[in-house]
Amino acid sequence: MDLIWAGLREAVRMLAHNEGDVYEIAWRSLVVSGSATVISFVLGVGAGSLLAFRKFRGRFIVMTLVNTGMGAPPVVVGLVVAILLWRSGPLGDLGWIYSKKAMVIAQVIIATPIITGFTAAAFTSLNPKLRLQIYSLGASPLQMLWILLQEVRLPLLAAVMVGFGAAIHEVGASVMVGGNIAGQTRVLPGTILLQEGQGNFGPALALGIILISMMIAVNALFTWVQLGIHRDVSRPHETAHARADTPTVRTWLNR
Amino acid sequence: MIRRTSISFILALVVASLAVACGSSSTSTKTTTSVAAATAAPSPAATKASGKLILATTTSTQDSGLLDVLVPMFEKESGYTVQTVAVGTGAAITQASRGDADVVLVHAPSLEKKMVDAGDGIERALVMHNDFIILGPKDDPAGIKSAATTSDAMKAIATKGARFISRGDNSGTNVLELNLWKGVNITPKGQNWYEESGQGMGATLQIANQKNAYTISDRATYLAQKKNLDLAILLQGDKALLNVYHVIVVNPAKHSNANVIGARAFAAFMVRADIQKLIGDFGKATAGEALFFPDAGKPDPAP
Repeated sequence: MDLIWAGLREAVRMLAHNEGDVYEIAWRSLVVSGSATVISFVLGVGAGSLLAFRKFRGRFIVMTLVNTGMGAPPVVVGLVVAILLWRSGPLGDLGWIYSKKAMVIAQVIIATPIITGFTAAAFTSLNPKLRLQIYSLGASPLQMLWILLQEVRLPLLAAVMVGFGAAIHEVGASVMVGGNIAGQTRVLPGTILLQEGQGNFGPALALGIILISMMIAVNALFTWVQLGIHRDVSRPHETAHARADTPTVRTWLNR
Repeated sequence: MIRRTSISFILALVVASLAVACGSSSTSTKTTTSVAAATAAPSPAATKASGKLILATTTSTQDSGLLDVLVPMFEKESGYTVQTVAVGTGAAITQASRGDADVVLVHAPSLEKKMVDAGDGIERALVMHNDFIILGPKDDPAGIKSAATTSDAMKAIATKGARFISRGDNSGTNVLELNLWKGVNITPKGQNWYEESGQGMGATLQIANQKNAYTISDRATYLAQKKNLDLAILLQGDKALLNVYHVIVVNPAKHSNANVIGARAFAAFMVRADIQKLIGDFGKATAGEALFFPDAGKPDPAP
């Protein structure tokens, strides 16, 4: 129990004096996982909408793989990406091994199935008549996608939070493809692992507290947006404007 | 409301793209500042090089903190960006043998010799040594404190069936430990007193500590972890427990995209007189005793 209190005190001290380059490491975590989440969002929404709306052969297999991918072990992802990016591997000439790019790639592979799965599930839960209605009002496929995204923005926000969480907390892939190199590719989970290996449990706990605090801060921002949406959607006197279908469609098509 | 969400998303995209853009340029900024710093101070290298150098090394050199001192010095002086990957001796040698590293700093002479014989490594040079120690519970159930040699101690542990935690990860420490068992004709694998952690020295020490077991550790990691451990040093000083580090350059003839100039520069750096002195002084301030003993140019105890 003393260790935990010591960890808290250590966390405050590390932040106050920027010990062990903790600001650099925390910022790098945020940047790498943030970029990975944005890229995963774009890929995931695209893939998720295809899965939800296009009936194609093998849809069942792809859906199963996506749902499995949500829980894919990061160490395996890291190993596969490393094998591809090593100098001796097929993509070795790119020189991306042990760089932030490699870490972003690995984290994208981890987070995209999560966002794809959530998006597909969210779109599938929409009333199918809504799509017909939107088409009947003359929307193009891209306009349709944009309107539907507004409909599912709550589950989508949840997907982004989960995707970001998965990207920032994982350690197996980041260390494997990034190398956990000081000043270059070291991020928070890798640093915690290093401190643990060296027996510095106080600093390890402190870094853990800093990581969790960062995740709380990011998710607080998302949750604020999420609750804001929810408040607008459920105001009874604004039902006509807040209701999901026709007013939204009309606004977007006539602007 | 739609606008607020859209703005949030667009802001996120902008920040992310900026971040990635700044991220990819940060390595080049680092090289430029190191070059600027190097030209400001007098340095032996006439022209600054550039480019990446992959140094595959052991977890013990990483955990001791020695590389955190030496690598930045080398980077500043030479201009190379060193990517130090601490993966364990076995993994480091395998990685280098694939051409995925440029230079290795490891401590498993038997594996090193195999690497050189296979043509993957050249110019293997002695750098430094320290020693291994046998740790165990203070009450020493196997009675190894009275053992005359390391062989006797290993035999005593096996005979008593006293719990022993092995690294089990093909590290330099693990290779030495397995050779010790082989030397007394004992096969510990599969026996119920022999456990393999598959992890680094720090984690293995913790396991041995919690389970009141015997283990072999390098002195540097033990000293760093001493505050967390209740284990006692029960055997030390035997020649069989010598822990010798070599630096090996990856053979460019076999691996054409290896940075051999950088690798040779690093190897030369490690055996240079002033760096050797630094190695000898390392640890005296923090641990109270030297963690490594410089050996460059001396007769090789593990040729």
